[in-house]
This record gives sequence, C-alpha cells and structure tokens, in this order.
Amino acid sequence: MKIVVTVKQVPDPNSNLVLEADNTLSREKEVVLDPGDECGVEEALQLKEAHGGEVILVSMGPERAKDAIRKGLSMGADRGILITDPQLAGADALLTARALAAAIKAESPDLVICGTESYDGSTGMVPPMLAELLGLPQLTVAKKVEVDGSNLKVHRQTADGYEVLEASMPALITVTAGIAEPRYASLKGIMAARSKEIKQVGLGDLAIERGDGAETIEGLTDAETRKAGAVIEFDGTSIDRIIQVLAEAKVI
Amino acid sequence: MGKIWVYAELNQGKVNPTALELLAKARELGDVEAIALGSGARAAAGTLGKHGAKVVHVNEDKAFDDYLAEPATDALAALHKQGAPDLILFGFTPDSRDVAGRLAARLEVGLISNAADVVAKDGGFVAKVPYFGGAKIASMKANKKPAIVLVRPKSFEASEVGGTAEVKELTVTIEAGSKRSHIVERVVEASEKVKLEDAKVVISGGRGMGGPDNFPLLEDLAGALGGAVGASRAVVDAGWVPYSMQVGQTGKSVRPGVYIAVGISGAMQHTVGMKASKIIIAINKDAEAPIMKMADLGVVGDALKIVPALTAAVKAKKR
Repeated sequence: MKIVVTVKQVPDPNSNLVLEADNTLSREKEVVLDPGDECGVEEALQLKEAHGGEVILVSMGPERAKDAIRKGLSMGADRGILITDPQLAGADALLTARALAAAIKAESPDLVICGTESYDGSTGMVPPMLAELLGLPQLTVAKKVEVDGSNLKVHRQTADGYEVLEASMPALITVTAGIAEPRYASLKGIMAARSKEIKQVGLGDLAIERGDGAETIEGLTDAETRKAGAVIEFDGTSIDRIIQVLAEAKVI
Repeated sequence: MGKIWVYAELNQGKVNPTALELLAKARELGDVEAIALGSGARAAAGTLGKHGAKVVHVNEDKAFDDYLAEPATDALAALHKQGAPDLILFGFTPDSRDVAGRLAARLEVGLISNAADVVAKDGGFVAKVPYFGGAKIASMKANKKPAIVLVRPKSFEASEVGGTAEVKELTVTIEAGSKRSHIVERVVEASEKVKLEDAKVVISGGRGMGGPDNFPLLEDLAGALGGAVGASRAVVDAGWVPYSMQVGQTGKSVRPGVYIAVGISGAMQHTVGMKASKIIIAINKDAEAPIMKMADLGVVGDALKIVPALTAAVKAKKR
C-alpha cells in the first residue's frame, strides 16, 4: 500500500512566534516538523509495517523544509518530495492544496494522511480542499485507523465520543495528535535518512500558475487585551480572596 | 444589500447552536437564506426563520446523515449553480469545516477560516481573524465571489427576531460517487453533567495539574460550583483527558461568568478560547506565566493544595 503523508515545517511550538514586516509568520527561528504531522508519519509507518508498501512524505515550503522531511525519513519513511518555489511565498490554503494535489496525484497513493490542522496556522482547511482536488473521500479527525484489504475504518473524534467511518481506498484521512505516539529516530534511521531521496519540484514542474490570491490581509491590529488584576502569593488569606471574587460574580 | 447564505449544520436532526449565532450576524449583512440538510431539516426551518432566515433551502435525503462532507458539498454546489450568493457563512466546527473546504476548492474561491467577525466593506466582505496566536487581529478581505467565511462558535449572540422562513426544496441528486465516507456508527462516550459551552463556571486544568490522576480535584470544585471542567491542549494531546474537554483555538470556545485556569500557562492557543470570560481566576506556580497578565485574580502557588482548600471553602459557604 502506497501512503503519502503531508508534512509541514513550523516554528517550534515551544518557542515564541515572531512576526515579519510583511505580516507573515517568521520561519527564521527554530523550526521543526509539525508535532501533529509526526503523529501522521508514525501512523503511516505502523500501517506500512502491518500491510507492507511505501511511505512518501510531501511538503511545501522553502528549501529549508527539507529538514522536516529528513526528520520523517529518519523515523522510517521511504522518500520525500519538496514543493518549493519563490512564487509560493505567502500561499493561501487553496494554492497550497493545489500544489500538494498536483504533486500527490502523480504518485497515485492508496492513502493520503494529513494532520487535522497545523500548529502555526490551525485553520485545518488544506485537507478537505486536497481531498476535493484529488477526488478522494475524506475521513477526518481520526483517532484510530484500521485497514483491511482496500477497506478503511476510522474512529472520528466528536465532541462527545466518536463516529465509526468506513470507506474504500484510495482515500484521505486527517489524524489527531492522539492517534499514535511518534517514535524517536534511531541513529541507524538518521544515518539511513541521509541517503534517502528528496525530490524537489517547482510550480512549473507541477504545471500550476499562482493566480490571484483568494484573500488579502488588509491590516493587523492588536487584539483587545484584558487588564491584569491582582496577583497574590498563596497564603492563609488567598482562599477568602477567591471566594470573594466568586461571590461578586454571583456564582456562589 | 448582499445575499448571504448560512450553512445550518444539523447534528442528528438538531440545529447546531453556531448556526443561530451566524444568523444574528448575517441579518446585519444582507438578505439571509439558510441551508439545512438531512433529517429534521424541515423542522429546523421554523427555528432558522425565527432567527432571521427569510428562505430556508431544505433536503431531507438520508445521505446527508450517513455520509461525511460530500453530499452536502454537492447540494451547496447545486444551489450555487442556480445563483451565487455574495457570502457563505459556516461555523468553524469539524463537520462544517469538512464541507466548506471541499466547496471552496470546487468553486475555486478559497475561504477564510477561524474568523471572529465579518464586516461588509466596499461591496465585499472583510473577516476579522485572530492571528499570531491571538495577539493580533488580521483583517482579511475575500477576493472571490462568493466569499466563504468560517466563524468560530460563540463569536455572536444568537437572538430571535420572529418571522417565518419560506421553505424551498433544494433539488439535488446525490450520486453514488459522493456516498463514500460512510458513517456506520455514532458512539457517545462522555455524558457531560454540565455542558462546557453552557456552564456558568468553567474550571480548566493544564500541565500544572501534574497528571490525569489529579483531575478529580477539579471535578470536585466544579461539582461544588455547579460548573464544568475543561483542559488545555497540552494535556489533551498528552492523553490525560478527552478532546471533548479541550478549550482553545482548536477546541471549544467558552465565555462563562467565571473561568478558573489551574496550572495553565496561558498560551494563545488556549486563551483565544476563553478570554471572553467575564472573570478570570488563575492558579499557577509561576507568577510570570502569561495567564497572570490577563487574570482578574492570580494566585501563585501549588494548585494541588489550593484547589482542595477552595472546594472545601465553597462547600462551607453554601451550607
């Protein structure tokens, strides 16, 4: 079974985000493979181990994003494709989905695995767009995936439990961070990843024109911030203080 | 006045509350039509009309209940062919996201996601989107027609205006090719005592709770206050508590009378989902944690000591 996992390089969630002059998120600081995507890679590797096949990582970003792909390769994925093109700077979700779709279509995978949403953008719009452009059914917010022949069964997380979804492959799934604990890359894996192929393609190779953006950022304003109140060290009077606040708010 | 569509998501026949919130905003922006698909759509039309929809397009095909995203995308695309609206509003919920993304790709118009507000400007629409982790608000102009905007739940207050919607049958044939992602079972795991979104008091725990074994301390306090327990993304990702408890950008948005953040540092991911709370109380061992800068009262100390003491005091007060 051929599995494509979309991966993204994002600012390290454990470091502070920095905004560039053109209002795009700086990716100059520490960047890592999106932790949500690590879970997608792990799930793909487990499926490959159980059913055989190949795991291909596809990413879009600057050349530096190869590091994110390399991370996944060191976990055990077989090869990578990086879509990189100066014209893709500041790409919106639809352009991103179009570029990914073109690269993925050429691979004709049985299964496409995406994170539910990226850590930095958190809009979660690329996967359903990608599914539509690839003509695939989408099984989203998966916390469990089972493959039986060409049948796919997914537990889709809901507000109060889960739904059991079934579909035939090829299909696209989005996975939650809870689906699988990402493995650490072994030294052997890291060494092996150095010689694994990362193919680099541009918009021309994918026969895509950038076109007009679907949306434009007109401006940025500071969000309303709340004023800090009192900050007190916990001592014998603190509980009374909290009770007083609760009473004033009329909840007790 | 523009022509506005509101996608009224139905969950097992019931109108998702976000749809009613969207109608309140849509009324300000133009003539409102709602789309309700699946079992209960006709019954829902009454509620949608009371909230300001002039027309409700309905179709009760079971395919909308049984298959994810694709049948609804087909229906909206079919309706779009009969006449494009200026704006389509969706709630930023998992089900609506799936539909909106596919529709935006099919219509080749893109979309704006995770918006907190929408305003009319120069004949088009500008969405206000929390950006940069919520510290900034980006004004994003939609360049294509229809503009598609997904709005975070709880961004607007739902309100009835009276009125009756004209109910129109939405004609669409759902082809077999769209019946692929089959919902074969719905499993309810957690029956919440008090719904997180509706609770007057929300007590949320983060990494500072030390581990899942300490969450019952928060349950006890919630029990005493008649509130609900929430959590940060960090502890949900770590598997301490279910996703249904997550408050934040990728979880639930809440605006209770009192929000008590226990052992939560206050990452923007979290605060964007709770900063509209009337009163915020933070309990954290770190006086410099970002949550302290937005709390009405911050208590610096060990959550595992403070929470039980507070629960006891609340119980004593009630006696």
